[in-house]
Amino acid sequence: MKLNIAVCIKSVPDPEWYEKITIDIKTKTITRKGIPSIINPVDKNALEAALQLKEQFGGKVTVVCMAPPGATNELYEAMAMGADEAALLSDLAFAGADTLATSYTLAQGLNKLGKFDLVLTGTESADGATAQVPAQLAEWLKIPHLWNVKEFTFATEQELHAKVKMDDAVGEYVIQLPALLAVSREINKPRYTTAMGVMKARKKTLTILNKNDIDVNKSLIGQVGSPTWSGDISIPSLARKGQELIGTPEEIATQLIAKLRAAGINPAKRREGDGK
Amino acid sequence: MTHQGIWVVAEQTVSGISRVSFELLAKARELKEQGGLQAPVTAVLLGENLDDYYSAKLMEAGAEAIILVDHPVLRYFQNETYAAVLKSLVEERQPSIILMGATAAGSDLAPTLGAKLHTGVSAHCVDMRLNEEGHLVAVVPAFGGKVLGDILCTNFRPQIATVRPGILGKVICFMHKQCPVERFDIADILAQDQSRVKALGITYEEMKGVPLEEAEIVVAGGFGIESKEIWQQLETLAAVLGGAVGCTRPPLDEGWAKESQMIGTSGKSIRPKVYIGMGISGATHHICGMKDAGLVISINKDEKSPIFDVSDIRITADAATILPLLIEGLQKNEDDVIC
Ligand SMILES: Cc1cc2nc3c(=O)[nH]c(=O)nc-3n(C[C@H](O)[C@H](O)[C@H](O)COP(=O)(O)OP(=O)(O)OC[C@H]3O[C@@H](n4cnc5c(N)ncnc54)[C@H](O)[C@@H]3O)c2cc1C
Ligand SMILES: Nc1ncnc2c1ncn2[C@@H]1O[C@H](COP(=O)(O)O)[C@@H](O)[C@H]1O
Repeated sequence: MKLNIAVCIKSVPDPEWYEKITIDIKTKTITRKGIPSIINPVDKNALEAALQLKEQFGGKVTVVCMAPPGATNELYEAMAMGADEAALLSDLAFAGADTLATSYTLAQGLNKLGKFDLVLTGTESADGATAQVPAQLAEWLKIPHLWNVKEFTFATEQELHAKVKMDDAVGEYVIQLPALLAVSREINKPRYTTAMGVMKARKKTLTILNKNDIDVNKSLIGQVGSPTWSGDISIPSLARKGQELIGTPEEIATQLIAKLRAAGINPAKRREGDGK
Repeated sequence: MTHQGIWVVAEQTVSGISRVSFELLAKARELKEQGGLQAPVTAVLLGENLDDYYSAKLMEAGAEAIILVDHPVLRYFQNETYAAVLKSLVEERQPSIILMGATAAGSDLAPTLGAKLHTGVSAHCVDMRLNEEGHLVAVVPAFGGKVLGDILCTNFRPQIATVRPGILGKVICFMHKQCPVERFDIADILAQDQSRVKALGITYEEMKGVPLEEAEIVVAGGFGIESKEIWQQLETLAAVLGGAVGCTRPPLDEGWAKESQMIGTSGKSIRPKVYIGMGISGATHHICGMKDAGLVISINKDEKSPIFDVSDIRITADAATILPLLIEGLQKNEDDVIC
């Protein structure tokens, strides 16, 4: 059984820098100048899962990303990790896409690139974090999907068993191939890139596809194809006027206990006693 | 526009209905009033064995009309089947706004339904309102909650939005309300349903102590707790205070805490009376989940730690030193009271 696997990776501003993000009050735009872009962290887990399947069953792993041209860096990194091929969907006409238009564009890209047995994505992106692209991509591709997958195995050649993270619970599902799985970070630990990997990546194919290359309906891409649009943006102020407790550790502990009591918090046993 | 009214897609849980469903009903009533809308706020519940208990709960929480879809295949969440049922309901009734909890099921169902209906979905809203034209303005966080943006969907209907549990907080309670309850038959839909994904079952995590979302006091630990042994002291402190233990992401990776204890963008949103954070730096991703706490107390050994900017009480100290002193002090005081 050889598997043809596609992994969707998003290029995102590095989450370590989010504290430094500012907005331009006049233009109402987000300033992220100087913030480096990286592969969306959980998308590396999706890639790792794909690479492990390839090692086990054979086949091919293609990484796909819709982004401005600069994202070739992230795609080379993915190939350095072990992906065989990469495709960047890039066109000014794709800009301003919401999740429905993004997933449509990705779907058309994937349809152009081949027939995939499995499409893997991350659960959510670090920047937008809508977690909506996976389900919508599956809808455009007309394949079934599962979201928030923490573990999966092949039950038969045509069927996967998957464990899905629910709220304080784990759901078990069967899903038929071809399918899309959005994986969560507990699924594996992504491998590091090696110097050897980086060298090999330079010889791999990176295709850049624009709107004409992938056969899109113009009314479904970019801002035009997006049912949603964004209005005002703001950075909420969460600052509190803090009071500092100082002294020796013992003094601090005593002061803190007094503060807790003042806030109406009393030790557990006594609270239970109150009710009886 | 022919589309009218606000729907809340409620969610069945092991013990009844998820609290976020009630939070959404309260919000829906508020929106209805704000927009002077005529159509009743409608709760839609998909599940199994939906007896009177469910409709009573939904009415109490503000539903003015109820649609129950009761069928054994709906026992567990299955995205294809659930989306197929909702799609046909929506096409038949044409609501203008659909609100869902951004639970594991809702976060998956909303975009699936949105794609099937070709309409817009706003994910993880922290607030919403109607604008002058009556369109839904959904306020969504980006960059881990650092930035908030308004999302609108003016040319398509329904407008779909999800909200994380605990974000809205407020629940209303009307006693002895009555409203129409309709049971929607899905035999025809199921006859055509060719779902390629099926649920086999669900296993609930064993929970001990006070649930994080309901605790009056939360003791949260971060990477600065440094070891399993000190983490256990943090658990002891929470127990002594009758509170719950929360965490940032690193303690999960270290194996000190469980997924269900994480607070933040990809974890839980809490609003306890008191939050005590120890060894937590204050990343946007975490703050987003605890910013609504009443009193915020932070202990960090780095005086420049960003968590201090969002704290009411700042303590620059080593958590490992303060923890045993707090436990001892509280236990001693407690004995005083009991004797
Ligand atoms: C997509 C995405 C989603 C995320 N979602 C979440 C989420 O939902 N919730 C979440 O919490 N995180 C989330 N994160 C991670 C988040 O960005 C931060 O990395 C994380 O919150 C940091 O945790 P921390 O403060 O415990 O660790 P650190 O940032 O490492 O901070 C440790 C702190 O402990 C202090 N310290 C060290 N030793 C001691 C000591 N002995 N006594 C007292 N203080 C000490 C240090 O000064 C430091 O401030 C997410 C990240 C991404 C990319
Ligand atoms: N522009 C994109 N290019 C490639 N993959 C994407 C893109 N946007 C989202 N994805 C995939 O969809 C997942 C969820 O993203 P989101 O819906 O933005 O939270 C990500 O983890 C990626 O795997």
